[in-house]
Formats: sequence, C-alpha cells, structure tokens
Amino acid sequence: MSLRSDLLGRLNWQAFHHPWVTNVGVASMTAGAIAVVAALFYFKRWKWLWREWLTSTDPKKIGVMYIVTALVMLLRGGADAVMLRAQQATSVGVHHGFLSSSTFQQVFSAHGTIMIFFVAMGLMFGLINLVVPLQLGTRDVAFPFLNATSFWLYFAGGMLVNLSLAVGNFSAAGWLAYPPLSELAYSPGVGVDYWIWGLQIAGVGSLLSGINFSVTILRMRAAGMSLMKLPMFCWSVLGAMSLVIFAFPILTATLAMLALDRSLGMHFFTASGGGNMMMYVNLIWAWGHPEVYILILPAFGVFSEIVPTFSGKPLFGYKSMVWAIWAIVLLSFSVWLHHFFTMGAGADVNAFFGIMTMVIAIPTGVKIFNWLFTMYRGRVRFATPMLWFLGFVFLFTVGGVAGVLMAVPPADFQLHNSLFLVAHFHTMIVSGVLFGYLAGLTYWFPKIFGFKLNERIGRYAFWCWAIGFSLAFIPLYVLGLMGATRRLDHYNANLGWQPLFIVAGIGVCFIALGVACQVLQLVVSIKNRHANRDKTGDPWNGRTLEWATSSPPPHFNFARLPDGSQRDAWWAAKKAKTAVAYGPYESITLPKNTPLPLFIAAAAFAGGFGLIWHMYWLAAAGLLALVTCLIVRTSAEDNDYRIPAAELKKLENAEQAG
Amino acid sequence: MGLKYRLIIAILVVAGLALTVVRYFQHHAIAVLDPKGPVAAQERNLIVFTLLLVLIVVIPVYLMTVGIAWRYRAGNKKARYSPELDGNRAAEAAWWLIPTAIISVLAVVAWRSSHTLDPFRPLKSTNKQMTIQVVAMDWKWLFIYPEQNIASVNYVNFPVNTPIDFAITSDAPMNSFWIPQLGGQIYAMAGMETHLHLEASQIGNYYGSSANISGRGFASMDFTAAASSSAAFRSWVDGAHLSARPLDMAAYNSLARPSQNNPVTLYSSAEADLYGNVLARFMVPGMGDYVR
Repeated sequence: MSLRSDLLGRLNWQAFHHPWVTNVGVASMTAGAIAVVAALFYFKRWKWLWREWLTSTDPKKIGVMYIVTALVMLLRGGADAVMLRAQQATSVGVHHGFLSSSTFQQVFSAHGTIMIFFVAMGLMFGLINLVVPLQLGTRDVAFPFLNATSFWLYFAGGMLVNLSLAVGNFSAAGWLAYPPLSELAYSPGVGVDYWIWGLQIAGVGSLLSGINFSVTILRMRAAGMSLMKLPMFCWSVLGAMSLVIFAFPILTATLAMLALDRSLGMHFFTASGGGNMMMYVNLIWAWGHPEVYILILPAFGVFSEIVPTFSGKPLFGYKSMVWAIWAIVLLSFSVWLHHFFTMGAGADVNAFFGIMTMVIAIPTGVKIFNWLFTMYRGRVRFATPMLWFLGFVFLFTVGGVAGVLMAVPPADFQLHNSLFLVAHFHTMIVSGVLFGYLAGLTYWFPKIFGFKLNERIGRYAFWCWAIGFSLAFIPLYVLGLMGATRRLDHYNANLGWQPLFIVAGIGVCFIALGVACQVLQLVVSIKNRHANRDKTGDPWNGRTLEWATSSPPPHFNFARLPDGSQRDAWWAAKKAKTAVAYGPYESITLPKNTPLPLFIAAAAFAGGFGLIWHMYWLAAAGLLALVTCLIVRTSAEDNDYRIPAAELKKLENAEQAG
Repeated sequence: MGLKYRLIIAILVVAGLALTVVRYFQHHAIAVLDPKGPVAAQERNLIVFTLLLVLIVVIPVYLMTVGIAWRYRAGNKKARYSPELDGNRAAEAAWWLIPTAIISVLAVVAWRSSHTLDPFRPLKSTNKQMTIQVVAMDWKWLFIYPEQNIASVNYVNFPVNTPIDFAITSDAPMNSFWIPQLGGQIYAMAGMETHLHLEASQIGNYYGSSANISGRGFASMDFTAAASSSAAFRSWVDGAHLSARPLDMAAYNSLARPSQNNPVTLYSSAEADLYGNVLARFMVPGMGDYVR
C-alpha cells in the first residue's frame, strides 16, 4: 500500500469529474455557502451565531435550526424533482433527455432520501421541538444535551448526502437501496456508502430524539395534566416517538449489515455466498412502514390543533382520536409485507398482510370524520392553516383510496412499482405529511418569531401547491395504469406516455411557483414584521398552553408554571377569566450552552467520510474524537445555570410592561 | 370583460380540455383496465370492485367536507354555534363501525382473491400448460423454451388460449417481470425461482418490462409478449430452430455481460438445463455475482 492510498483511500481527482448538471448544482450550493459566510462577516454575526444558535440547548432554537435545515434540503430535493420531471417529459424515442441514466438514477435516489430523511423528518422534529415543551407547560425537554446532539447528527447526515454531489457520487440504487444492486458486485463506487453513512448518522439522531420526547411527554407535563388531558399534538408525537424507538434500531442494524457486506466482504444480503436479499427487503420495510406513520402521525396532530382553533370548538371525539392513534401505532408494525406482495410469498401470507393494511384505513377514517365534525356547529375561519387542512382532506383521501386498492394483493400485482404506486405515496407524503407541516409552520410561526406570516401570499402559495400537486400526480396514476413503471430514464415513443409526462411537468412548475410564493411570503412578512406583530401571545384565539405565554416565549418558556388540569387549558382559563399561571415564583435551573453536540456531529461526519472513502485513519480519528467528547461531557459537573425567583419576577414584569 | 364573455371563455376552455383528454384516451389504451387474458381481467375486476366499495365512504366525506365547511363558515351568523360540543357517542360509533363493515367485506375478497390469483397457482384450462423459463439479465430478458429447446432475448412468443407457466429467476440484481395486459408482476431474484401463470385470450403483441430497478440499463429492459395462433407459434419455433445459433455456455456467458437495448435474438437450441445452472450458480461458493 502506498502512502497516498493510506492517506486518501479511494479518493482521487476522478471524484471531482462530474456531468455539467452536477457542476451547476455544486456551483449553486457553493455560492449559497459563500453568501452565508460573507453575510456573517459583513454583519459581524459570528459570535451571535455561535452563542445564540450553534451551541444552544434551547429546544426553540434547535427547532428553528431543524426547520431551516429542512427547508434548505427541500430546495435541494425539489430541484431534483424538477430534473426528474424534465427528463421524463423529454427522454422519449430517439431523444435521450439531458441526464445520463446513471445521473438520473442518482437524482431519484437522492430525491427520495433527502425528502424523507432530511425534509419530512427535519420539519417533524423541528415542530416537535418548538411546540411540545410549550404545550406541556414545561421549560425544556427531558435531555437537552441529547436533544442538541440529535439535531447536529441529523445535520451531519444531511451534509454528508449533500457532499456526495461534489466529491464522488451518490447511490444510484433507489432510496431504499435493495441488494444485490446495492452490493459491491453491482455498485462498486462510493455512492451507496454515502447513502449508508448519511442515514446511519442521521438515524442515530432520530432514535435519540424518539427517546427524548417520549420521556418528555411522559414525565414533564404541567401540574394536573393527566394523559387524557394531553393536547392531541402531544398524543400524536408520543405515538410517533414510540414508533421511532421500535423502528429505528431495525434501520441501524440493517444498514450496518449492508455496510459489513460492502466493506468486509460479508454475505448478509448478497445474491451468492449464502446471502439473502429477501431478508434485507423484510428488514428495511419493518423499519420503513412504521417510518411512514412516524411522519404522518405528528401531521395528524397538527390538524388536530388547527381545526379546533379555527372552528372555535374543542376537538370532536377526543377519546376516539387517542384510540385511533394507538390503533395506528400498533397496526403499523403488522403491515410491512405489503411493500413486496410481488416477492412470491404464499397466498396466506399476502392475504394476512393485505387485510391488516386495510384495517389501518379504519382509524384513519375515524380521524377524518372527527376533524369534519369539529367544524360542525363551529365558527370556521379559513385562515391559511385551514386551507392546508381542506387540501389535505381532499387529496389525502384520494391517496387513501389508492392505498386500499393496493392492499388487495392481486390488485397490487398490477399496480406495484408502477407510477400508480409513486403517485400514491406522494399523495400520502406531500398532501398528508408536507401539507400538515406547512400548516403547522404557518400556525406556530407567530409563536416562535413574534409576528404573523402574510396571509394573502400564503393563500397564493397554497393554491399553487394544490393545483400543481393535482396536475403533477393525477397523470402519474393514469400512467401507472397504462403500464409505466417507476424510475425510467427513457421510454419508447409508441407507448404514447409523453403527453401525460408533460402535464406532470407543468404540475411541477406550479409547485415551484408555490415554493417561490412561500419564499416571497417569508421576505414580505419579515419586512412588515412591525405591522404584523403578535403582542398578545395568542394571535389565533388558541386553546392550548403554548398560547398562554408571550410570542416569542422567553427562553425559560413560562416564568411561573401553568396549570394543566383542564383539557384545552388555555381556553378554559380564558373562559373562566382566570390566570393560567400556577403557584409562586420559584428559582429554576436550565442547561448551559455547550459546543459538544456540534463537535460530536463533526466527529461523526469526519468518521463517516473516512469510512466512505476508506481513509481508515480518519474513521478512527472521528470515532476517537466522538468518544472523547462523550467522556468530557460525562465528567463535567457544572452544566446548568440558575435563575433566582426574584429575577424571574422582574423579567416577567418587564415583559408585561412592554 | 363582462361576466357573460368570461363564462363563455371558461366553458370553451373546459370543453377544449375535455375533448383533448377524450381524444387522447381514444388513441391510448389504459393497459391494466384493458386486459387481454383471464388473469388480468380478474385483477381489473378486483380493482374496479374495490374502488366502488371504498367510494361508499369517500363520497360522503367529500360532500360533508364541502357542506360543513360552507355552512359553518365564520361569516354565516345564521348557522348554529355550539362552542362546547366535543363528541357524540352514536356518531363516533357510526364511523368506527361502518368502515369496519366495509373493510370486513373487502377482507373476505382479499383472502379469496389472494388464493385464486396466487401467481404460483396453475390456471385451469382445457389446453395443456406450457412452461417458459425466464432469466432476468443485465439488462435484457432471456426466455428459454425447455419443451421446444429454443431460446429468445427480449421477445417471448406463445400460443393464445394456452396457460403459460413462467418460471422466473435472475442472473443479475432483482427485477420484476410484468406484462400488464396479461396480469400482475412477480420479482425475479438470483438463486431463487418464482412462478407466474398467465394466459392470453386474444392474439396480439403486448408490452412487457421490468418493474424493479436493476442498474444503469434498466430502462431498456422492455420486451414484447406475442400471443400467436398455434400455427403461427409453431412456425416461429421452426424459424428459431433454423437460425443455427445455439445458446451454449459460451454464448450464454457473452450474453450475460452487461448490455443495453439488446435487439430481439433467437437461438436454435439451449444448453441442457441452462436455467437450472443459472439458478444453481448462486448457491455455489465462488460463483455468482460478476465483480466489475
């Protein structure tokens, strides 16, 4: 072995040779990064960034960082989507589109990976961080240091995936990297390794968050807030986090086995040597199906907050809703096989999993009926969050119908892996998960930033999304029924599919317009923030405890802890014209800032990079640095600071004086 | 512009769009809904039945959404406002139980159809079943006819109204074998064998493809499934025999190298138990995956 290969592993100049499309992507990401750095120098904001954000353990700050990262990743994943649509609209017959097949395959693999792991998960954990402690009427999460570590691991994983664009390449094996295609024999490059280590690092962060928020909800509720008084968003988060705890270890183990196959020549999933690819497919979906519910349950939770608030009524059928959540949680672990009815399991097995899948439609339907009847005899205000909700009801139901169709195994044989399937899960994840989180962002934005988002531009954004989504995905349902399979970088002209692909491409343009509206909405709202300031802390006439404190809340959330002994505690207090605050001022302790989570993630990032490129010294150094950080943290004693009761009282009086 | 003109323009635009859509579907069949064999026909019926059953819930949901949202809009002060209403046992029971009833019906249908349409289950027919062995390769389909001792690439011919047992494996990553107008798909996996029983009830050429990504050239893995009269099938077999291009181990190994857009190729004979050997090679240590 030469010194060079010891030092650099497989890294060489070849890693920087890219097709022009990739170069444009790298150039725009680099330009964005340079602009941010330049702005930080120009406005002399480095210290502020370090002290207020990068080292913060405040869940509100961490939540904002999750959401900013997720929105940036949304732009990346969205650019991927535009390229996919452009390729499929043009790569027909004698024309071969502007992407080579291997670039095209990397683009759809990156699109799926980024949208699920770094957009949907990021928005979810962001909202959970922002809202859960406030709704529980508490000051922090159970394990604030762990919480910051979770975020930074998520960030490191995302950056590793982005780095693959510039250095080397990304996996071309689809977002779940089925072996044997993802094995060394068929994917010898670094792409699959980027995929494995990006997800492995982010996945550990998700697991830690799952534990953290479960404990927070179970142990840190306001006085009097028994479980049956929990706000429904917290219930749905508890359900989702329980799923995280049981599902993510499966992902970690599966990825580890694939990594062992690839780096140490083991044969867990190879086609030869005694490996079994079907085991991988089972394992990845034993994580993957619960993952879908991990994403959708908190989105359901968001709607369960929005609909009562904008209807001026309590949630209809609270107990039904709780049961529905837990029915979904349990059932979601008994349906994973419906992702591969076509793998040749017997009729008994297929039928069992098909029936379990249909059964999930029952609690999901119950939730929809309960939301509709929350509006019944209400005074419904159609602010933008409600528009997202109505869009959700119409589109998500279409996706649900498609889902029930595919739950019947013989019907699935004709729909599986076609564009019908692609349209189905995009309907669930875009109009369910994403619409839910966008509604939640609009709803809780004034709480976090102290001013409302512009309503009119928000409406334009919604209509662009709703129309664009329908135009982009209804043609895909039809194409699937016409026999168009997913992931085609080229098809024959005589199939006659092109017009429908062009309509889908137009749909994506509308969605892009919607995203542009959202960017404009943010800019205009920040510009006019003084006019849209939320001085009350309760801009929507809300019902739960997050509206009982100022907007933005102080870093300790509540000067005096609120009383949670009524369901919709804030609404009850408003109605009874009593203060929601409870008990005397007491001194509190909060965690100090710490850079260690950031260092841990940096070490994981470096170690991951080392493993991907076979720079084993770097992998070892990364691991060593990570362990060092953990030792430093566990041996430190002075991690908290105290705010005395008198100080709290003074701060709150100053706040109220304005 | 007056309201009247705007209305006329809107009607014209909608009518134009509707006409375009209708014209499009006049020229393009929707494969899954236009079956050419008994399996695909039963699967189509199953899809339509399930859809109709589910609409029993979906249509009321849509009507209620529009109705409730409109009636109880904040601006409508005539509508009754009950700020304390937070549930109704009878109503909640209804929307637990009615969907449960529908899903119960569907569960029975799913159980039965999973068994009758099990891809491994031979089809009932007065005609004798014919076996065709299928090997998914990087990136083409090889069809071996053990009874006729011929083979073909990216083209499979068989007599109409004859049940076909496709015995399927892979000498490459996982693929999925799918001929939408004849019936649903099944995976092709190295070292494993799956079966798909299909039959064509009409003479014609049908589109087939791989539905599962298998690498760079996967998009070119389409093939023609030709259902022929028995006379036409016999003469096609005779033509293959005349081609004087045997598929021996050397020819197979050169075919197994990754390639894209392979033209239709016929082989006059196939190495004895080639298909069995392809299956077995993944069980022998040191054989199996090509390392590139």
